[in-house]
Amino acid sequence: MFARNDHMPKGSRLSLRVAVVGGVGVVLFAILFFRLWNLQVLDGDKYLAEAKNNRTREFKEIAPRGDILDRNGEVLVDNRTSLALQLNTQKLPADPAEERAELARLGELAHMSLRKVRRTIAESEEVAAGAPVTLRRDVGFDLVAYIEENQDEFPGVAVQRVFVRHYPDGVRAAHILGSVGEIEEEELKEPQYKGLEPGDEIGQSGAEYAYDKYLRGQPGLTRIQVNALGQPTPGGQLVSIAPTPGDSLKLTIDGDVQTAGEAGLAGYGRGAFISMNIDNGEILAMGSSPTFDPSDLIEPTQAQVDELYRDEELAPLVNRATEAAYPTGSIFKIITALAALENGKITPDEVIQDNGLIEVGTDTFKNAGSEPHGAVELRRALQVSSDVYFYLLGLEMWETNELQEWAHKLGIGRPAGLDLPEEGETLLPSKAWRNQLYKEELTDRPWSAGDNIQLATGQGDLQTNPLQMALAYAALGNGGKVPTPHVGLEVEDAAGRVLKEFEFKPQRQFHIDPGYRTAILEGLHAAAQEGEGTGVDVFGGFPIDIAGKTGTAERPGHADQSWFAALSPYPNPRIVTIATVEEGGFGAESAAPVVLDILEAIYDKQAAEVSTGGGVE
Amino acid sequence: MNTYATRTRNARPEPFAVRVGIAERLGLAHMDWPLTIAALALIGFSVFVLGEATQNDIPGDPNYFLERQAIYAALGILGMFLLTRIDYSRFRELRVGIYTFLCASVSLVFVFGFAARGSRRAFELPFFSFQPSELGKLLLVLALAGFVIDGARRGSAVQRTVRYLCLGLAPAALVFLQPDLGTSLVYVVATLAVMYFGGVPWAHFAVIGGTLAALVAVVLVVAPAAGVPLLKGYQEERLTSFLNPHEHEAGAGYQQNQSVVAIGSGQGSGRGDKATQTRLDFVPERHTDFIFAVIGERYGFMGAAFVLSLYALLFWRALRITTLSKNAYGTLVAGGIAVALLFQTFVNVGMNLGIMPITGIPLPLMSYGGSSVLATFLAIGVLQSINVQAHLSQRGRFAW
Repeated sequence: MFARNDHMPKGSRLSLRVAVVGGVGVVLFAILFFRLWNLQVLDGDKYLAEAKNNRTREFKEIAPRGDILDRNGEVLVDNRTSLALQLNTQKLPADPAEERAELARLGELAHMSLRKVRRTIAESEEVAAGAPVTLRRDVGFDLVAYIEENQDEFPGVAVQRVFVRHYPDGVRAAHILGSVGEIEEEELKEPQYKGLEPGDEIGQSGAEYAYDKYLRGQPGLTRIQVNALGQPTPGGQLVSIAPTPGDSLKLTIDGDVQTAGEAGLAGYGRGAFISMNIDNGEILAMGSSPTFDPSDLIEPTQAQVDELYRDEELAPLVNRATEAAYPTGSIFKIITALAALENGKITPDEVIQDNGLIEVGTDTFKNAGSEPHGAVELRRALQVSSDVYFYLLGLEMWETNELQEWAHKLGIGRPAGLDLPEEGETLLPSKAWRNQLYKEELTDRPWSAGDNIQLATGQGDLQTNPLQMALAYAALGNGGKVPTPHVGLEVEDAAGRVLKEFEFKPQRQFHIDPGYRTAILEGLHAAAQEGEGTGVDVFGGFPIDIAGKTGTAERPGHADQSWFAALSPYPNPRIVTIATVEEGGFGAESAAPVVLDILEAIYDKQAAEVSTGGGVE
Repeated sequence: MNTYATRTRNARPEPFAVRVGIAERLGLAHMDWPLTIAALALIGFSVFVLGEATQNDIPGDPNYFLERQAIYAALGILGMFLLTRIDYSRFRELRVGIYTFLCASVSLVFVFGFAARGSRRAFELPFFSFQPSELGKLLLVLALAGFVIDGARRGSAVQRTVRYLCLGLAPAALVFLQPDLGTSLVYVVATLAVMYFGGVPWAHFAVIGGTLAALVAVVLVVAPAAGVPLLKGYQEERLTSFLNPHEHEAGAGYQQNQSVVAIGSGQGSGRGDKATQTRLDFVPERHTDFIFAVIGERYGFMGAAFVLSLYALLFWRALRITTLSKNAYGTLVAGGIAVALLFQTFVNVGMNLGIMPITGIPLPLMSYGGSSVLATFLAIGVLQSINVQAHLSQRGRFAW
């Protein structure tokens, strides 16, 4: 078995060596068993007590939300840090007298009465039971130091560094940005908020809501070992995960255009505007007046609550560009024209005699001021805004649903597919809709020719908003493609590297006869900038050629509403811009100047970029 | 003598005698079944414990460690069965190649290895990082046993001893420089074990032992006192802190103290899912070096003693194979593997129990880690091969 060599052990010598190793093995295993028995069976109670005394304390470190930037990288929302005095109510003393004493001491430090402390706690528990109650934000460092030093007097009290949303430009783009707030109990159950805890902040509206998953960071966690007094034991840091800040969101909004639109609109009261790229649906600017300061929503006072939520007429939180429902007046006429042309009801050059009014049955439908425009064809009818021309088209299509089909295709009365949560109910009146109401006895009459005549000029029961009209004009401008309107452009990390580019494909595509499109655009161009056009007073001197249409909508219970829609530049438009002003009178009176402000901002900037050799599209 | 031989030959009925045809072809016929069962039970328990104790370690992937350990186990078992069918004696012929490969692979990590916690030990492969020093334990035993048999007739006894020591200590030094103190200690112990079974005189071991003791004294006491620290600070602290853990409560002793508290708190029958020490991060490295503490806390004395018994069974069967081997090479290889397994088990469990220093030696077949699991199964495969060859040559002389 072994090599024949004197130095190699023979059988008996090998067995001695094996026996020695075996003996060592027995001794070693015996040591282990003995030690194990000693630890677990003999001293187990002691170690179990020690293990139970090993307490941990967890610190959650809040991650800052990502910034929101405009398309040029200008900051629209970032964060400021603030020290918040927080109270974990579950750790308050069980004895009511002691609890009362602690709350009183705390109130003194925070300059709050005991009653106010209790009320704050109760209000917070209502929203998110179990979450730490924030008693006061923006406390000073001296208070922090005091509480840290006297930790045993204040069980459950902690000072947290929190991030508060900061809006460098106040109200600018408020409706687009939206607000953040603490997560509510029902929201915690939703799958997109998996892993969040009461007290965590999420986006509640606008882009903050729509792009919450990118903006929201990952909180950090530190778990340390503490002794029975709650003081950290040396070396007892068990886990430490640093918070991950949220990513930045870059919007399609151009801050300068937004500013121009808001400033323009603010001069006229309630209303809205939108400016959108007609090819890809990128919204360059969108605003609503009256507006609000999103920082007021963080901790609103009672007066602010009344102003923001209670006043239904002003309704500053409503984004009128996407949530309102208005008749549009004459800017609707492009839809009537398209429907009539595409269905062969008329040709672009067919002349209609406009005597200032038509009579259908017992009803009379008049031009504005009953002014007759004489012999008009399509271009002229658009230029001078002949109502009679479009009344006749409406009359011709009143039983066929052809007008409704085209309006529907172009995006009226249906969800626009906006990437923000704020989209309002709208209505495209049709024969089927009214006859159904009539059958249910909710109205006194069935669908009539008058309903369609009204719709043909954007009146009657039509309820839509600037966003939907922008889609219709976009599809006309680009030859039949309805883009998906959006404000989200891309997600960037803190270093500005692009992590994700959002892609919004067009929603629908259909054929628009190029001849019809050209004819309508010619009419709109004439209306905005030529001769007797309704918008010439405003746009006559504007250096860029545009195609535009004024609208003056009669709104029951209100003065006339002013509208203006523009496609620019003419004849190959890239951008649609629409403005409306409640009780703003004629289209050219208030809405058109707002559109002018926006277009000036867009094209001044382009001109500046060209002259400085900067980037051109 | 004749009757003795006959009795041993016939006293062992083959467990698969009836189906010997198939079993023989699969290489299963002469496997040592207690050894196989002990190894499979240990790896099975390892997968189970990892599944229970690491649910929350990787957010969003509760079975991260379980799944990977199961894959390593499957690969290791496959490797074990393949080696069982191979005649281990071929490794003796390949000793120079094996030794060269061993030295090259533990050197290459200095160049291509990725660093984890300041030490370069492993290659990063897709899905898996491979630590050559783990497989190196087996390779060292296979090569060194070959050199011992080969050189048995050359030179004086002292020359031979020095030669074996140099051959064994060279890879140990390379591993020490990675730096991986624990694994290099395993290399030293395996080297001494092969020499021991190779018949190196007792007197030489006495000299080696005396030198080692002096060396330890120099490294830990004299050199630092002279201002020439040979060990990195954390290494020294780990090696000495177990002597007085309370003095080092915040540092290296902290971990060991927590491990002892964890095991002690398991008491007789364990705390199950109520375990706090090994669930709340008090015990570090709970899926690798301190997995025995997890077993101790969750399953108590019953679970921990059961696991220890499996290791005792494993060691006994491995040692038994040294006496069955058909040739001296098999005896040396089996002896080296048996002692290395005993050493790793004792040092790791002893570390968990607070009676051995923290050296970073994994618990064979129990700690999480692909290289370790794979290398241990391959070593057991070699043991099985020795057992199979012994039976095939009908030369078994002992039957315990």
